[in-house]
Amino acid sequence: MERFTRLDALACPLGLANVDTDQLIPARFMSRPRSEGYGRFLLHDLRFGPEGQSLGFPLDAARHAGASAIVARRNFGTGSSREAAVYALWDYGIRCVIAPSFGDIFASNAVKNGLLPAQVSPDDAEAILGGLETAELPRLVVDLETQRIEAGGRSFGFSIDAVRRLQLLNGWDDLDLTRRHAEEIVAFRTRRLAEAPWVMPG
Amino acid sequence: MEQARTLFDKVWDSHVIVTREDGESLLWVDRHFVHEGSHHAFRQVDTRNLPVAEPRLTFGIADHYVPTRNRPAIADPEIAGMVERLSGNAARHGFRLFGLEDPDQGIVHVVGPEQGLTLPGLLVVCGDSHTSTHGALGAYAFGIGASEVAHVLMTQTLWQRKPKRMRIRINGTLPPGLSAKDLALQVIRTIGADGARGHALEYAGDAISALSMEGRLTLCNMSIEAGARCAMVAPDAVTFAYLRGRPMAPQGAAFEQACTAWQGLASDPGAVFDREIALDAGSIAPLVTWGVSPEDALPIDAHVPDPAAEADPARAGYLQQALDYMGLRAGMPLEQVAVDRVFIGSCTNARIEDLRAAAAILKGRKAAVPGLVSPGSSRVKAQAEREGLDRIFREAGLEWADSGCSMCVGMNGDLVAAGERCASTTNRNFRGRQGKDARTHLMSPAMVAAAAVTGRLTDLRKLARG
Ligand code: SF4
Repeated sequence: MERFTRLDALACPLGLANVDTDQLIPARFMSRPRSEGYGRFLLHDLRFGPEGQSLGFPLDAARHAGASAIVARRNFGTGSSREAAVYALWDYGIRCVIAPSFGDIFASNAVKNGLLPAQVSPDDAEAILGGLETAELPRLVVDLETQRIEAGGRSFGFSIDAVRRLQLLNGWDDLDLTRRHAEEIVAFRTRRLAEAPWVMPG
Repeated sequence: MEQARTLFDKVWDSHVIVTREDGESLLWVDRHFVHEGSHHAFRQVDTRNLPVAEPRLTFGIADHYVPTRNRPAIADPEIAGMVERLSGNAARHGFRLFGLEDPDQGIVHVVGPEQGLTLPGLLVVCGDSHTSTHGALGAYAFGIGASEVAHVLMTQTLWQRKPKRMRIRINGTLPPGLSAKDLALQVIRTIGADGARGHALEYAGDAISALSMEGRLTLCNMSIEAGARCAMVAPDAVTFAYLRGRPMAPQGAAFEQACTAWQGLASDPGAVFDREIALDAGSIAPLVTWGVSPEDALPIDAHVPDPAAEADPARAGYLQQALDYMGLRAGMPLEQVAVDRVFIGSCTNARIEDLRAAAAILKGRKAAVPGLVSPGSSRVKAQAEREGLDRIFREAGLEWADSGCSMCVGMNGDLVAAGERCASTTNRNFRGRQGKDARTHLMSPAMVAAAAVTGRLTDLRKLARG
């Protein structure tokens, strides 16, 4: 897994709340192999019309070309558990999403792929969104060590679960951590099946 | 003295293998359901060249992409490939598959409980957010992403941080014609689409005790739409009666022994919840959604919201965009909204009781608009046909199809056309959920049946008989 320490990048403000994973990647693209790259499916139906023409979505504005961060309103990534939503963000080049709240499964999926879900207060989200709209260059810096965001000449704190922060900083993979507990897992299994024999279906 | 624990605490505690200093726990997984959409996870397993750790606790189900007509043929080669890949993975790794031609096939969250695979006190996961459904039986059940699916396949465990506990107490009696779907929408509109985020939800109160297992499954299913990590109902006599004799549940003396253990799972009297909410079932009206989030629900006799009457500009903007997408006029009565089609199906509302409720409205009537009925499982389909419900749907002019996720998500090609409006028993009215630019209104099966009869959103009580 790629490590996340600090991001100094262009950001795209999305003034949208409840950006669900069906928006992030419509279901019809999910049977495609990842090797094709999922970036072009990101927010597809908000960005492109029936003939593939641009609908003028913020992500496709010249000013946001090459953005590596997205700032949105509450409940980002709500909905389906599809990790493909994170693949679409990642393959497009997004490394951090800033919002006042995230869908739980999305946030977990994000971290497992090295993408930072940075939670800010609703007021700070509004301030960052506003700052990006008016700034000459919509740039921001996200520092995971200090848990701060610099944008539009102001500094904002963000929160993230302490474990997830460490995982991102170190690029840790869950499986490596789990393997260290192989013996405990075997012992637990034996005990579990003895105490609750119905766990193993007949 | 031992500390009083909640239902969730008890199930959590019995699955913790180790807890790290940082608070993350490694949990044992009792049931892992996979489906055709789990191909990303299997690829991760193959890359590591590892076997599936517990094939006997792993179950494959073909549901997300399967056709609902002319089975077992699959016209679309891409979908045929997905279904074949799942069969291949099941054969190679040696786990039971409920495949396309299996008489027990159906939607994963219908099949698990129906087969008796989902039991009280188990930890159940699946790469699908509506896994929360299984909590209706007192299981700790939640949806996971592809990386986690791969981790469970390889280790039968999962790292989790213990969520907070929240209890929603619903007392009172649901008015006639209303169902668990109305309760679910009421919960979501009350606390918001992220109102239960980070929390394990427990439902309690006499309205919950009075619910059938089907109703509890619907309620727990929709809890993810309030952002809950999982939702649970304490196992009781309804649970045990539902499970007795199910094919994969323990049988005979083993079942009675299990019931004794399950009885102890209920929250202790003094157990503390991080949040408590109380609702009154008696004051609920039939609900429908008007917007693009399940929290955008209103009683059927209400009017479409007016952005101009909204003081908060961000909220007004949200309302306007939702109305634009949904093609609705601000302030218009919901009952004047004309629909183009109806859908009765999905893991939310396609169990036998749901089909009965819809059929009761449709009996002897004609649908004014086309529609599709896809039962939650092949077993539900067979049961409905034994009861003659299929005839009622057909005679009303609706299409009676095979079981799968179908128009809930449209992955199999059952889509709502762009610009069309669908009255649907499903769980998500997100933009494009049922097809690009499709407009979805969520409601109960009886309300969908009422909309089918009149061709517009309708209070089912106007059509209910005696
Ligand atoms: S019916 Fe819909 S919500 Fe249920 S599992 Fe299938 S796609 Fe998911």
